[in-house]
Parts: sequence; structure tokens; C-alpha cells
Amino acid sequence: MSKEWPLWEIFIRGQNGMSHRHVGSLHAPDAETAILNARDVYTRRNEGVSIWAVQAADITASSPSDKGPLYEPSEAKVYRHPTFFDIPDDVGAM
Amino acid sequence: MYAQMVKSTGHGVKSRAEMSAEEAHFQDRIDAGEKIEPKDWMPDGYRATLIRQIAQHAHSEVVGQLPEGNWVTRAPTLERKAILLAKVQDEAGHGLYLYCAAETLGVSRDELTDALLDGSMKYSSIFNYPTLTWADIGAVGWLVDGAAIMNQVPLQRTSFGPYSRAMIRICKEESFHQRQGFDIMMKMAQGTEAQRRMAQDALNRFWYPSLMMFGPSDKDSVHSAQSVAWKIKINTNDELRQKFVDQTVPQAAYLGLSIPDPELELNDDTGHYDFSEPDWSEFFAVLKGNGPCNTDRMDARQKAWDDGAWVRDGLMAHAEKRNARTAAE
Repeated sequence: MSKEWPLWEIFIRGQNGMSHRHVGSLHAPDAETAILNARDVYTRRNEGVSIWAVQAADITASSPSDKGPLYEPSEAKVYRHPTFFDIPDDVGAM
Repeated sequence: MYAQMVKSTGHGVKSRAEMSAEEAHFQDRIDAGEKIEPKDWMPDGYRATLIRQIAQHAHSEVVGQLPEGNWVTRAPTLERKAILLAKVQDEAGHGLYLYCAAETLGVSRDELTDALLDGSMKYSSIFNYPTLTWADIGAVGWLVDGAAIMNQVPLQRTSFGPYSRAMIRICKEESFHQRQGFDIMMKMAQGTEAQRRMAQDALNRFWYPSLMMFGPSDKDSVHSAQSVAWKIKINTNDELRQKFVDQTVPQAAYLGLSIPDPELELNDDTGHYDFSEPDWSEFFAVLKGNGPCNTDRMDARQKAWDDGAWVRDGLMAHAEKRNARTAAE
């Protein structure tokens, strides 16, 4: 009969002005309990002002084997970086 | 230490010639200091060894709550009680960080709990010793958490990303544990004659079990070479034990307590303390289940698991019912 509580991924906003950041996971029967558990597990020392809980099963992740097709195209586009362009010193800061 | 006697593959280190192309690429990444993340390809032995090591560490954190929880209701002041509660709660948290790191390797939480309860996975030998007096709580924080820190600080650099991140979090919190222990020892050592005797007695009983935490001597630990190559073991057992002794001896002197080892002496040639080995037959007996508290610890874990079943099942049933209702609307 026993069924394991689902896994939740926990994201914490450290302080206002920062984005939520993944801190780890935990088990909880539902979203409300996930937030309560996250408070006990991940914010015992004022680490956060806001918590997101997302059921791990709902996350779609890219696969490490897609690394090539996904990220290699941008390696060829060095002109996206400002240092690609030589601007004479005489022009001043740009 | 918290993970003792974790055998990796059971063979020696694989040579380059024996490695498949995937294994060689994997080893290159580790040698280059790259972190391995859960979905990356990894050798089966790496995965299996890490699961055993991380889970044993997690089990140790959870079982480690028991000897200290024993004193929560009997702490000498309200402040000490609040501090001890916070520390025990941290240990639960550390167990949870580690279980979630282990779960990224494809094992479920319930499988890990079952393995602890059926005895197929171990926890650190140190938690099979009783905490007889309040001074023991001081000694546990000072010595046991001190030894834990020795092992955990280098593990922050371990090759597996989730394990490394859990270690970083744990190390941030662990220093509080050791300092609160030393603070208790200072109070006791500077207290009445009876209190000083309790502090000395606690040191006497916890010294050798603390040295055992690092595991058997390297010359008897044939299985660690592969773990070292994979960077899931950073230092040898003897290196860490020596470091622990070197750090702890002056602290004991500060307390005015004596280390229960007549052979203990600063070696002028090496700059390190020479010391007596613990009784390894005791260590193996404790690991086998014959320590003073093995049965108590496992009974307490089993009882907590059994008594909590109706809560786990009830909350799950409630959540499922509510989900079904929401879906129907």
C-alpha cells in the first residue's frame, strides 16, 4: 500500500533583487507540504525570502548528448561578443 | 568516517589500456577537474560506489540524531536545549541533502531506507556508542563533528556535482556543531571537580571511537584506489586521522584534559603527533552489529519508520483524492 511521496525540486530567492535558484530536492505529498518542508530543510539560517516548489516529474530537461546540436552553433558566432570588433582607442569608451 | 569501508569496484584501478573509449573520456573529464552531473554518462562502478558512499553518509546523519536527541529533554539550561535541538535538526537536514544527492543517481528514497533497516547498508560506527552524561554531548560535538569536518571539507571538491553541493552546504553548517561542542567542554572543564571529571571521562570514552571514524589504516584499505582516481575519496584514512590528532591535541591541552594515550607524543622529525592506533577488532565488531547501541539505534529507526507509516500513507491518500477532485472539476 505504501507509496513514496513524490519528489519536488526546490528553488529559493535569497533576497529580493535576486532570482530564485535551485537548492536541491525533497519529498512531500503535495505542493503546500513541499513548501513547508523546504522551509525546514533549506532555510534554517535565513537563506531565503521566497520558495518555489516544482514537482520533479514536471521538469523537462535537455539531454547531455544534445550538447553538440544545442550549443555548438553559438561557438561559431564569435561576433556576438563585443570584443570581436576592434574599435580604435581614439573613439573613446564604447 | 561517516562513510567507512565503502568498497568501490572491488578491483584495483582500471588502467588506461583496460578502459573503453567512454571510460577514458570520463576519466579525462575527472582528471581535468570537471564535475560530473546526474544525466552524464558514468561507469556503473562509479554510480554504485557513489550510491553506497552517499547513502551511508546520509544514514549516519540520520542515525547520528539519536545519541544527541537522547539529551534534548535533559539539557542543563533552556539555552543549551534550544542549541541542541537546532543541532539535531541540522543533522536531519544534512541527511536530507545527502539522500537527495543519492537519488539523482537513480535510487529511490524508500530503497535507501529499506537498505538501512535491513542492515544491507551501514552507518558510521561512532553512533553505536552511548551518550551517558551531558559531557558526552560536548565530546560528540567537539570530537565527532570535528572528525566529520576533517573528512567533509575535502569532499566539497568531489567529482560528482550533487554530492559536492551537498557537502558545501553541510560544511557551512558543521562548524557551529563543533564549536557548540567545544563550548560545552570548556564549561565542564572549568567547572566543579565533578564536572571536570565528567569531561575527562567523556574524552576517554570518545577518543578511540573518534579515531575509528576515519576507517582502517590505508595499508589495510585495498579498495580505495579506484575511489581516489574517481575523486570520490580525496584523502587517505591515515592522512585525515593524523590531521585530526594534530588539530585536537592542542585543544585538549587548552581544556586541561589529557588524551587517553600514553604513546601520544609530538614527533620533532615529522612535526606530527605519534599516537596509538585504536583497537581495530572493536571497530569491526561494532560494524558487524556488536557495538554497545547497535540494536537500540536500529530499533529506534525501525519504530520511527513503522509509526510514521500511517502519516505517510494518509497524507498521500489525501493528496491523491484532492488531485482527482481538481482534475474532475
